[in-house]
Amino acid sequence: MIEVNNLCKNYGSKRAVQNISFTANNGEILGFLGPNGAGKSTTMNILTGYLSATSGQVLINGVDILESPSEAKKNIGYLPEIPPLYPDMTVDEYLNFVYDLKKCKLPKRSHLGEICELSRIDDVRKRVIRNLSKGYRQRVGLAQSLVGNPKVLILDEPTVGLDPKQIIEIRSLIKKLGKNHTVILSSHILPEVQAVCDRITVIDKGRLIANDTAENLSHSLSADRKLCVQIEGPAKEVKSLLSSITGVQELYEGKAVEKNVTEYEILPKEDCDIRREIFKRMAERNYPILLMRSSELTLEEIFLKLTTGDFYGENGGEK
Amino acid sequence: MLAVTKREIRAYFTSPLGYVFLAAFCGFSGLFLWLNCLSVGSAVMGGTFQLMFFVNMILIPVLTMRTLADDKRRKTDQLTLTSPVSVFGIVAGKFLGAFFVFVCASVVMLIYGVFLSVAVTQSNGRFDWGSFWGYYAGLILIGAVFISIGIFISSLTESQMISAVGSIGVNIVVCLFDVISAYISNETLAKIIDSLSVFYKYSEFTQGIFSLKNTVFFLSIIVVFVFLTVRVIERRRYA
Repeated sequence: MIEVNNLCKNYGSKRAVQNISFTANNGEILGFLGPNGAGKSTTMNILTGYLSATSGQVLINGVDILESPSEAKKNIGYLPEIPPLYPDMTVDEYLNFVYDLKKCKLPKRSHLGEICELSRIDDVRKRVIRNLSKGYRQRVGLAQSLVGNPKVLILDEPTVGLDPKQIIEIRSLIKKLGKNHTVILSSHILPEVQAVCDRITVIDKGRLIANDTAENLSHSLSADRKLCVQIEGPAKEVKSLLSSITGVQELYEGKAVEKNVTEYEILPKEDCDIRREIFKRMAERNYPILLMRSSELTLEEIFLKLTTGDFYGENGGEK
Repeated sequence: MLAVTKREIRAYFTSPLGYVFLAAFCGFSGLFLWLNCLSVGSAVMGGTFQLMFFVNMILIPVLTMRTLADDKRRKTDQLTLTSPVSVFGIVAGKFLGAFFVFVCASVVMLIYGVFLSVAVTQSNGRFDWGSFWGYYAGLILIGAVFISIGIFISSLTESQMISAVGSIGVNIVVCLFDVISAYISNETLAKIIDSLSVFYKYSEFTQGIFSLKNTVFFLSIIVVFVFLTVRVIERRRYA
């Protein structure tokens, strides 16, 4: 479990992290989301004790990282942005070194074997790290963070440089690990965060601007449930047909998308599903519906909305 | 700490660095042995040991340039500093790694000693082992001093080049103390600077004098630089 209270970090006069607080419970995967330079890596470096906070407190399983660093660090596995590998060692030598460094007490051979299998580096264990590809290096870095079975895993962009198949494997591995570890994962790949994380924390310019599940974020931000349709047919007639549907509260005519095809935005009354009704009406007149989608926000849109400042404008402050 | 030391030693001997150091040390010491003893038929190794001071002054920075600078450049310090090892443990581990390689190299002096003693005994003379151990202790101590200085400079930079050149520079300044003091008219100041001279104290060792005072002086330099190194690393976390 990780508890972060009012964390601040200044680099000279630049405020990299401002007053961030959050909690990550056992068996939870928390996603750190934010544009480049938002303070994700800085926050992670503070959580792991690599950097010190200017003010604020970090508790790892209830132990303060500043007061008893050795005790707290025993429970952390950290994969930094650039995997901390020694290129002159073989994978086996490297993992043995990490094992000794972390003062690990588990049976060495079987523990390291298990880790190599989990992170799928079994076939390169005898090879020198210098000669490994980016994807393998990343996985050796991940293996390193698993040594000693730490309760808390902090992974800074763990899937960078992997091919799509490996990304899926690593994601499922992280999901599996998330069941009995506390995992914090940073990424700017949104579908990844959506696929893996239980909860999402959005950071921008060093500030925490959202901390919720993906669905809740989407709900709270899309204030209305607009429906967007594209229908082929004379605009005037289609419009009057649409407005005659009982559930329609408001109707906007958009621009013509193609020849004879117009886009409409419909705001239905609350708790009113009008999609079938639209289909029936249009089918009667033989006006094909070319597209119909609800404009519920995707994670991309949430992210943009949150980080470009629209969020403040619309909701009048931090959520 | 021992994990770091083990890795350091392995790193010295999986790269050319360790071998280059050993070879250069053997080469220079062999040359000086020939000049001072073999070619003139003397069995007194003091001169050889004295000249090794200058070799170490240049060579040891090459041995230590990698230690902390490379860790920072490769970001492997993110591993060592986030593992449950104290900063002192890391610095001490690096120190012991470099020190081990240095001690390995210095064994060659021991071999020279054995050869000379055999040669001297055959011609019915007596090899002075007492002074030899005095020289040897001096060599080990001065090596440790240069290593602690080198590691300290290495902690200040990310570049191995700057680290090596910087430590050679500092070593030269440290050795120039007795030269500087000769030009200072103020007697008290001259005395203070003189008392800090490393080379002068090392010379006493190479005259076969093992003095506790000088040993303590060298040990305190080592402690000071190790302490400074730890402070530099800790301070960086607050930067």
